[in-house]
Amino acid sequence: MCEGALAIDPRNGDAPEGPGRGETAATEAHRAIEAIWRIESARLIARLARVVGDIGTAEELAQDALVAALEQWPAAGVPERPGAWLMGTAKHRAIDLIRRRQALERRHEELGRDVERAQEGLDLDTAIDEEVGDDLLGLIFAACHPVLSKDARVALTLRVLGGLTTEEIARGFLVPVSTIAQRIVRAKRTLAEAHVRFEVPGGAERVARLASVLEVIYLIFNEGYSATAGEDWVRPALCEEALRLGRILAELAPTEPEVHGLAALMEIHASRLRARVGPSGEPVLLLEQDRSHWDRLLIRRGLAALERAERLGGAMGPYALQAAIAACHARAATAAETDWPRIAALYDAVAQLAPSPVVELNRAVAVGMAFGPAAGLDLVDALIPDPSLKAYHLLPAVRGDLLRKLGRSGEARAEFERAASLTQNARERELLQRRAAECAAEGIVG
Amino acid sequence: MRVLILAKEGEQSAAATPPAADAMAAYQKFNEELVKAGVVIGAGRLSPSAQGKRVRFDGKKRTVIDGPFAESKELVAGYWLWQVRSIDEALEWLKRAPYDGGIFEIREISMSEGV
Repeated sequence: MCEGALAIDPRNGDAPEGPGRGETAATEAHRAIEAIWRIESARLIARLARVVGDIGTAEELAQDALVAALEQWPAAGVPERPGAWLMGTAKHRAIDLIRRRQALERRHEELGRDVERAQEGLDLDTAIDEEVGDDLLGLIFAACHPVLSKDARVALTLRVLGGLTTEEIARGFLVPVSTIAQRIVRAKRTLAEAHVRFEVPGGAERVARLASVLEVIYLIFNEGYSATAGEDWVRPALCEEALRLGRILAELAPTEPEVHGLAALMEIHASRLRARVGPSGEPVLLLEQDRSHWDRLLIRRGLAALERAERLGGAMGPYALQAAIAACHARAATAAETDWPRIAALYDAVAQLAPSPVVELNRAVAVGMAFGPAAGLDLVDALIPDPSLKAYHLLPAVRGDLLRKLGRSGEARAEFERAASLTQNARERELLQRRAAECAAEGIVG
Repeated sequence: MRVLILAKEGEQSAAATPPAADAMAAYQKFNEELVKAGVVIGAGRLSPSAQGKRVRFDGKKRTVIDGPFAESKELVAGYWLWQVRSIDEALEWLKRAPYDGGIFEIREISMSEGV
């Protein structure tokens, strides 16, 4: 399988200098700094944001500390407690910044108090060991604030929570570095202008804000799982980032059922990552996958997370329901053993919760499997006039599949060709063209 | 990438001795931190090798050897499965572990086909 787009693999030339053995102490320090940054940056930014009040400034202060580390560690060596070092450096800069701000605003009487607050909040000795859970949660909520566009939320989340560089995010989403850089700058400005407070929301607001957080994580996962554009069918590194965010969130907000629902959904889907790519990078669809390649560990983790969601009373949440559908597939030892009537019923529940033509299309597939292709086709045909599915390649793809099962190869072929012309993903296009060709062959034989 | 962390112990007796309470607390705190960071996806401590078996393959022949495996200098006493972005990240995490002895090995789990 291909290396993830985001994975920094020094053997593939991402490191500033050559391979392992002959590397200099400086290169070694750089690699250590990179790894330490990924471990520490979210906590660092979260802690700083609580003190300075906004994540834009917090992120810049944290970056300053990183630059200082890059300047000093290669010569002086990596400190014994690198996290505390970064926090201490950032703390001094935060205090300088607050002093400068206050001096500018000539509010001397408040100066002392704010500096005191900063000292307190960033106590060098305790800063790293102390619980940062609520700060981290505040950071997630701020980065996924609904005042930001979806693209901005995704980029900012990967940057401040994932510790990814602008270049890595750009590579993950196949867009120019400048686009991501701009998105992040604008996102930080928007948050500052909207005076978004750095806090963990409560009550009714929490529900809506949490939905936005979950959506952002799932968007990142899906972009990796079914890459909407480009040459690769999957970009596992994005899935891994999303999974990690989901696992972190499950620890930070353990009483929220949908957090576990989303974790379950991603774990179970990720369990198939290896099986859904063929030897030459082509997609292998669910029912044709070699199930012995499914990752049992991730399935087990996913089923456990789903159970937690259900125990917390969240069985009917949108993510838990989708996870329950994924679990039906995960539990079936062979494709033939899939509990299609249950899947159809679960899609029914999803459709009632959040009606959407895409959900209806999925329900049609399940109905087709459970009760025969003709029943499925009836449901699909009802969706044809829907304007939102006009350019959606999976509508003709599903229709083609059902027509083929009904022995209507000529119509099926036309549908697969149409689907192939609609998809943006090169690998998926090849698969659909192959299906069309198979139908053509069947037409001749039959 | 997924890595396996192998905790190795030189003496068989070590695995049978329960760790001191404060060492256990320090370990739990560290493990909790790893879980909260979304790094740990599996972990386990192994029973003493006295309860283990080995099977030696030699052509068609299979020989079962009972534990303890006294001849081994480094016996695996426990393991972690971590999901990390790089070996360097695994190294940085591992260096923070509250142990004052022993050898820990980091090995990347190959995700290629036909394992």
